[in-house]
Amino acid sequence: MPDYSWPPMDQRRVIGKPTKRRDGLEKSTGRAKYSSDEKPPGMLFGALLTSPYAHARITSIDTTDAEHMPGVTAVHVMTAAGKEVQWEGAEIATVAAVGEEQANDALRKIKVQYEVLPHLVREEDLAKAGNRAKPAGEQVTGDPDKAFQEADAMIEATYGIPVITHCCLEPHGNIVQFSGDHINLWPSTQNVSGIGGDLGKSLEVPAANIHVQMQYIGGGFGSKFAADSWGVEAGLLSKASGGKPVKMYLDRATELKIAGNRPSAFANIKVAAKKDGTITAWQSTSWATGGMGGGGMPPLPYVFRNIPNVRLNHTAVAVNAGGARAWRAPNHPQASFLTCSALEDLAAKLRLDPLELFTKNLGYTEREATYKPQLQKAAEIMEWQKRWHPRGEGHGPVKQGLGLAINTWGGGGHASQCRTTINPDGSVVLEIGTQDLGTGTRTAITMVAAETLGLPLGAITLRIGDSDYPPDGASGGSTTIGGVSPSTLKSTTNALRKLFAAVAPSLSATPDQLAAVDGRIQVKDDPAKSLPWQDACRKLGTTKISEMGENNPRQPGGLMSQGVGGVQMADVSVDTETGIVKMNKFVAVQDCGLIINPKLAESQIHGAAIMGICGALFEERVMDGQTGKYLNADMEFYKLAGIADIGEIVVHLDITPENDKRGVIGLGEPCAIGVIAAIGNAVANAIGVRVSHVPLTADRVLAALEGRNA
Amino acid sequence: MSSKNDSEVPGKPNRGVSRRGFIRRAGIGGSVLGAGLLDKKALAAPAAGGKFVGPGAVPITLKINAKAQTLNLEPRVTLLDALRNDLELTGAKRVCDRATCGACTVILNGKSVYSCTVLAIDAQGKDIVTIEGISSGKPHPVSKAFVNCDGQQCGYCTPGFVMAAKAFLDRNPDPTYEEVKEGLCGNLCRCGTYVGVRQAVLEAAKEMKGGNHA
Repeated sequence: MPDYSWPPMDQRRVIGKPTKRRDGLEKSTGRAKYSSDEKPPGMLFGALLTSPYAHARITSIDTTDAEHMPGVTAVHVMTAAGKEVQWEGAEIATVAAVGEEQANDALRKIKVQYEVLPHLVREEDLAKAGNRAKPAGEQVTGDPDKAFQEADAMIEATYGIPVITHCCLEPHGNIVQFSGDHINLWPSTQNVSGIGGDLGKSLEVPAANIHVQMQYIGGGFGSKFAADSWGVEAGLLSKASGGKPVKMYLDRATELKIAGNRPSAFANIKVAAKKDGTITAWQSTSWATGGMGGGGMPPLPYVFRNIPNVRLNHTAVAVNAGGARAWRAPNHPQASFLTCSALEDLAAKLRLDPLELFTKNLGYTEREATYKPQLQKAAEIMEWQKRWHPRGEGHGPVKQGLGLAINTWGGGGHASQCRTTINPDGSVVLEIGTQDLGTGTRTAITMVAAETLGLPLGAITLRIGDSDYPPDGASGGSTTIGGVSPSTLKSTTNALRKLFAAVAPSLSATPDQLAAVDGRIQVKDDPAKSLPWQDACRKLGTTKISEMGENNPRQPGGLMSQGVGGVQMADVSVDTETGIVKMNKFVAVQDCGLIINPKLAESQIHGAAIMGICGALFEERVMDGQTGKYLNADMEFYKLAGIADIGEIVVHLDITPENDKRGVIGLGEPCAIGVIAAIGNAVANAIGVRVSHVPLTADRVLAALEGRNA
Repeated sequence: MSSKNDSEVPGKPNRGVSRRGFIRRAGIGGSVLGAGLLDKKALAAPAAGGKFVGPGAVPITLKINAKAQTLNLEPRVTLLDALRNDLELTGAKRVCDRATCGACTVILNGKSVYSCTVLAIDAQGKDIVTIEGISSGKPHPVSKAFVNCDGQQCGYCTPGFVMAAKAFLDRNPDPTYEEVKEGLCGNLCRCGTYVGVRQAVLEAAKEMKGGNHA
């Protein structure tokens, strides 16, 4: 067995060096073709009719007029008469036509009659949830009642974090060509290798007959794993239209209504402590929704998992709204917000610096040795000791405040296979059935290959985004870089060994005496004996080398691992006259393993921080209790942060020899976790009172200042 | 690096204030503003010269990237849809489809516009520049700066940002950091690339001043 290991830190030429995005220019010149940009010959446009009601029974549906509209090639009913729809935006029927306008015209000719049924769309008041509330059993650890009785101090408060939607800029959708018994699929997916099988199940076509191609994806964030009903519909419409490809993408409103969301979380929380800040008991009564499926309990108390006395109750609330999907660190941002908010309130009650209270209780976490120095590092960057003040202190109407939060995440590496081909002319091709979500996956794979083969980045041709390539896992759970890096390392190492065997006689050496360095194959102990890469490859005669490499998540082999912690701090200014919160500075100190590309790793953390700023200050799905409608299903009123809203962001990655030994871990999610909590705590510190529910909009801030918390 | 504040210099051209930014500062409702933004001439008369067109397809000639192209389009077709569906110029993206996010930004007679909210028929006789138009030869300094500063992740908002940045820098070649934040606030990114975008626009400004681009 070859030695599959990362080269020592000080000997790396490529890995660990800040490197520009390999496909950057493709994107910034508009040449990058996303699936939604493709136009295979003969392509038709699909359109989707959705329910205007949150809960209704379809009493009749008539597609006759639609079928006779000009340009229409197929109409399909998804929800037949007699069936119920459970949320606004639920799929009713689809149309394919030669033009987009014709497809939408035909959609308007479908006559649907509904019997409107009662709905529940708002979950923030558990008392109004009635039979939509499904409580889970109580969990008790230790003796919380006794601990609360004996406590020196206690806080009790209610907090809430709403449903937010992924709002991928490229909406969910596919182009599907279903011709004979074969399917060509151009999806927008986080799962190039797996999505064909998913579509095939619904359309009863073997995955072997499905060809998936996707070079670029315009955002996924956990919501784009499945072929989805609209993918299946595009297939059915294609088949019914003589096998012409059908493009079916959701419009923006439908995207926000049905293409996934992050469940809400609300909780009444009691925390008790000794005078010195040592936590003695936790009790939470939480509830959440992720649509008709309810919503699970976030992992409470977050990170401080070993508090000795704990009582947990949780209720899932089913509401008539589109269903949840995985959202960048599922359930962790909610848990972090609920926990870190309560702990900051506890610190304020005890008149302690929250940094001191968090530090004091790190023994209750699984990663004290990680968090302790991280808290110190973040505090140093934020100048916490100098700048933190007790709650609400400060002069003038604009108050400044600091807040903190902590995170934890798994990460690791998904199953991945890579094929390396070395041709006799010296050209090198890598193939992996993976996808680059914007992480910089292409860049990471190319860097690992260049490192192993001793070649410049430009000498490597990388092919991804095609189901014909060796399979790679779905990009979820921060596992992509941890998956593709080991498979690439192994595959290129295997190919190089074959090349060494072919070249060794010419250099009067044995294969194990050879090394690939700076575009040459040379004898390790006698670098004067060497061949340029291309001359070496000519020794292959007419036979190319083709070698596989695999990452098996169960056998990490020191190349990747799981489990990180991180600390985040926010500095805000709050105008107490207008209620407007302004980000001054955000600090993320993140535990990591081996970092392939620090430049893009840092970008990923910037992105996570900004996504958290969106969630802390702006984002919220607003449902109307009366009509059951999603009121802000557009991008004007479903607000995201803009370029002027984010303040300064400082990233500190814990790149150390010790962490490097853990191999690649993955960074996409952990830094997205604690942002909302840190900003909420900074606002409480600034204005002297807790704004109990996020986002921290001006009305909520003003209400909190007037003692009218939601 | 100049850090002068030019905002009070008389005669300084419009500094690329976006609709979103304007709404934010004006602090008034979208519906009120919406009426104000409608072309007054369009309200006054159904079509230029009293001639009715449509609803069927009509010949529409668009001057895109200095090349005139005639299409047969219904008058209701937006410039964005004409670019994407009929001309396969897919750099401009359809995201919000309601003039909020800027992913569809193109430059019309030197001004950045949301092409999702311009009818193709109304763009006749105007100079339309798309991302493809500034990317046919060597990459534009703005495109290069977005790579150097990593002002992109998934990249779906990027062509719109690049076009908005180009139009902004054409009007304001020497912007301050604060002006960049103001000038680019009509575009939205979901991956969170604004840190890189801010740096990229400043780097591109430097590069363009250096005369490295025609």
